[in-house]
Amino acid sequence: MFESLSASLTSALASLRGRGKLTESNMREGLGAVRTALLEADVAYDVVDTFLDKVVEGAIGAKVLETLDPAQQLVGIVHRELVNLMGPVDHSLHLQTGRATVIMLCGLQGSGKTTSCAKLARRIKEQGRGVMLVAADLQRPAAIEQLAILGRQLGVPVHTPDGVTDPVAVCNAGVARARKEGASVVILDTAGRLAIDQALMDELKRIDHTVGPDQVYLVVDAMTGQDAVRSAKAFNDALELDGVIMTKLDGDARGGAALSVKSVTGVPIKFIGTGEQIEALEDFHAERMAGRILGMGDVVTLVEEAQRKFDQDEMARQEERLRTGEFTLDDFKKMLQQTRRLGPIGKVLGMIPGMGQLKELVGDADLDKDMGRLFGIIDSMTPQERRNPGKVIDQQRRRRIATGAGVQLQEVSDLVKQFDGMSAMMKGMAGMGMRERVQQMQAMQGQMANPGMRLGKPKGDTGKRLTADERRKQKKQREKDLRRKRRGD
Amino acid sequence: MGIFNFGRKDPKDQPSKDQPSKDSPAASTPAGSADSAEKPRGLLDRLKAGLAKTAQVLRTDVRDLFKREGRLVDEDFLEELRGILVRTDMGPAAAEAIVDDVRDRLRARVVDPEVVLDSIRTQLLARLRNTEAGLTMAVSGPTVILVTGVNGSGKTTSIAKLARMFTRDGKRVVLGAGDTFRAAAVEQLTMWADRLGAEIVRGPQGSDPASVAHKAVARAVEAGADVCIVDTAGRLQTQSNLMQELSKIRRVVAKLVPEAPHEVLLVIDATAGQNALSQAKGFKEAAGCTGIVLSKLDGSARGGVIVPVTEQFGLPVKFVGLGEGADDLEPFSPERFVAALLEGAFGAEA
Ligand SMILES: Nc1nc2c(ncn2[C@@H]2O[C@H](COP(=O)(O)OP(=O)(O)OP(=O)(O)O)[C@@H](O)[C@H]2O)c(=O)[nH]1
Ligand SMILES: Nc1nc2c(ncn2[C@@H]2O[C@H](COP(=O)(O)OP(=O)(O)OP(=O)(O)O)[C@@H](O)[C@H]2O)c(=O)[nH]1
Ligand SMILES: [Mg+2]
Ligand SMILES: [Mg+2]
Repeated sequence: MFESLSASLTSALASLRGRGKLTESNMREGLGAVRTALLEADVAYDVVDTFLDKVVEGAIGAKVLETLDPAQQLVGIVHRELVNLMGPVDHSLHLQTGRATVIMLCGLQGSGKTTSCAKLARRIKEQGRGVMLVAADLQRPAAIEQLAILGRQLGVPVHTPDGVTDPVAVCNAGVARARKEGASVVILDTAGRLAIDQALMDELKRIDHTVGPDQVYLVVDAMTGQDAVRSAKAFNDALELDGVIMTKLDGDARGGAALSVKSVTGVPIKFIGTGEQIEALEDFHAERMAGRILGMGDVVTLVEEAQRKFDQDEMARQEERLRTGEFTLDDFKKMLQQTRRLGPIGKVLGMIPGMGQLKELVGDADLDKDMGRLFGIIDSMTPQERRNPGKVIDQQRRRRIATGAGVQLQEVSDLVKQFDGMSAMMKGMAGMGMRERVQQMQAMQGQMANPGMRLGKPKGDTGKRLTADERRKQKKQREKDLRRKRRGD
Repeated sequence: MGIFNFGRKDPKDQPSKDQPSKDSPAASTPAGSADSAEKPRGLLDRLKAGLAKTAQVLRTDVRDLFKREGRLVDEDFLEELRGILVRTDMGPAAAEAIVDDVRDRLRARVVDPEVVLDSIRTQLLARLRNTEAGLTMAVSGPTVILVTGVNGSGKTTSIAKLARMFTRDGKRVVLGAGDTFRAAAVEQLTMWADRLGAEIVRGPQGSDPASVAHKAVARAVEAGADVCIVDTAGRLQTQSNLMQELSKIRRVVAKLVPEAPHEVLLVIDATAGQNALSQAKGFKEAAGCTGIVLSKLDGSARGGVIVPVTEQFGLPVKFVGLGEGADDLEPFSPERFVAALLEGAFGAEA
């Protein structure tokens, strides 16, 4: 139902594969897939349009149109542009020193204001500051009691109305009391209201004018659809918001509303709610949100992990070798080993756009084990063979290597063949940024999965019996390929 | 007059004959009453002004596509139409299908708005065909209704509204406070029960909701009540343990009343976007939902996602929620829903 962007892009751009050039006109089909994906993620219609213009601009401006895998390239650009739009982040509550900071939460009915008040109070209390909650929702049955219970759980005082029927008065009294009692932060829980309910929006404005909160946050449900732009705009027009809290991100909502709200208000999303418990409040991260909106798995986590785990010096060495065209099977092995350090290959694949499909295809096949077999083959080669496999390894050497590694002859042939294709690809990787490089590596692994799958198959399958005639034909073809390669390289 | 159309009038539809009816959302907005008297203009006027402004922001009025009488149906037109449809939250696929249909029928013709609207209306109504209002009632003994949905969608309030509907018909209602998790959820339902004169069965905070449901149904049977409505804590469809809890509630109440629950309602917030599809799928599978209550339709959200929801999951929309008061519930009418979806487009007829 929720086809991920990477999957749909991969199919939309399938015809481009191999031709490797992304132009504005052939990108159109890909952008159609991006558009659908964003709309399915609930990004507002007009925001999507503006956004796609930016993507085209960015794609052209950055001169990144030449690529080996247009789908991934486009996902990369879209992702980066999403991050740009949703950032920069600001997790600060901008607490004052010397006087009480007043924070007001507002939003539509049921968005999670009261719960978020408690979550914020907990966070502030943990910083060792005194905090008070003010129950200014005099509208919904038991709203006051709800906040009072949460306050008790937290050990935080809650100012309750006590006969007062005007929320403005309650807020005023609450803030006055907090100041008197020396609380350093006061959080106002207001009643839920529709953005088109003028009377209640006016009431909010009166609280704003009278109490003058330092920070006003809009609480938005992550499941919100197209309405997000309308309501966020109305709240921002009425109150000049300082931040947004997006709740209920613990489910499977794609959360496109985050982009809508940010675009229409320009106000940063500060925190996200990831559960009903009062601990479930986290800082907002634009990168993660972008991946989520695109339904493309946690690329960011992967990139972060990659940055942490990749041996930077080794990477630099390899890059130098790529540039000078000295890339060998040894280097290739090191590279694969580095990627492997990120985790089980299957898991790594799943985190990468476009690779999810592959993962399904491979199913339970043990990619890691297959990778081990590849390493075995490489280890059975002489240094000279590793340096120049395409040219050096003839039929006889192949047989020797296969025996040494305990694999079928065909597997050795496959690796040698694949390496020729890959080394070209890797030359293209030199000078790429980290994200592109990681993606490229995954593409490589994707190719590797092919021989890998064959490796994983029962022996009888690989050693398909050929007629003498077929064998002759194959040999001829191989020799032809080899000659062509020698001439070409 | 349909409340559906309230505030959905085209801003150009100047002096409106709409009077605030007793049960219009404006009149029943609790906080509206307190300070509206002090304002120079009436509440309704101010609401109208606000709504007119909103209508401009919305840009979901199909009639806006027609500057003159009649317009050429070309790709520009279809693109604008797609925007209007997507903004109702019906999702890109449903919008595309409708646009394709209009393209097939009317492309390259100069047509009146009504012709296009007719085409869209027919399409939408066909998609909402499976939807019929009304609840399955028990032949004998209490009718048991389980109310489910994601956090904050409007379950408890919808229960209050259903209870009001039943008590108004002279039926005896027992409420089961099955949300034993959220802070003050029991208190919230208790306040409604008190206001509506319904009996409520409660359990201790944190207790097994299935046991509360059991107690409530048992009480309804014992008291000879007509209806027992069981509240449940909000949960996301991805939380499989909590979803299983709903299956357990079902099993437990079925032990007391074999046919129970007669209805399992899923409350969907009209502001919800495409995630409502996942909600419908999850709640249908785990809780055996039989129908939908579309809440908060009094806001600026259109609730268009129920178009693919009803289509894909065969779940009928039974009621719509139009405010925070107990009277703000209406049986679902596909015709009125579609009219409201396409906005002032039908203003002249409605
Ligand atoms: N799963 C999940 N539930 C949440 C989150 N935040 C809030 N909730 C739940 O959402 C529901 C509504 O939360 P409230 O805090 O009562 O929302 P509110 O905005 O104060 O609601 P009103 O005052 O009625 O307008 C409750 O069931 C909360 O437990 C979240 O981040 N994740
Ligand atoms: N405007 C409007 N507000 C509604 C409607 N239905 C419910 N609400 C409001 O939405 C908020 C949440 O409603 P609840 O009934 O508490 O929702 P719930 O699903 O029981 O929430 P949890 O039990 O916390 O998951 C409250 O502020 C209600 O007053 C409606 O039809 N229109
Ligand atoms: Mg609240
Ligand atoms: Mg509830």
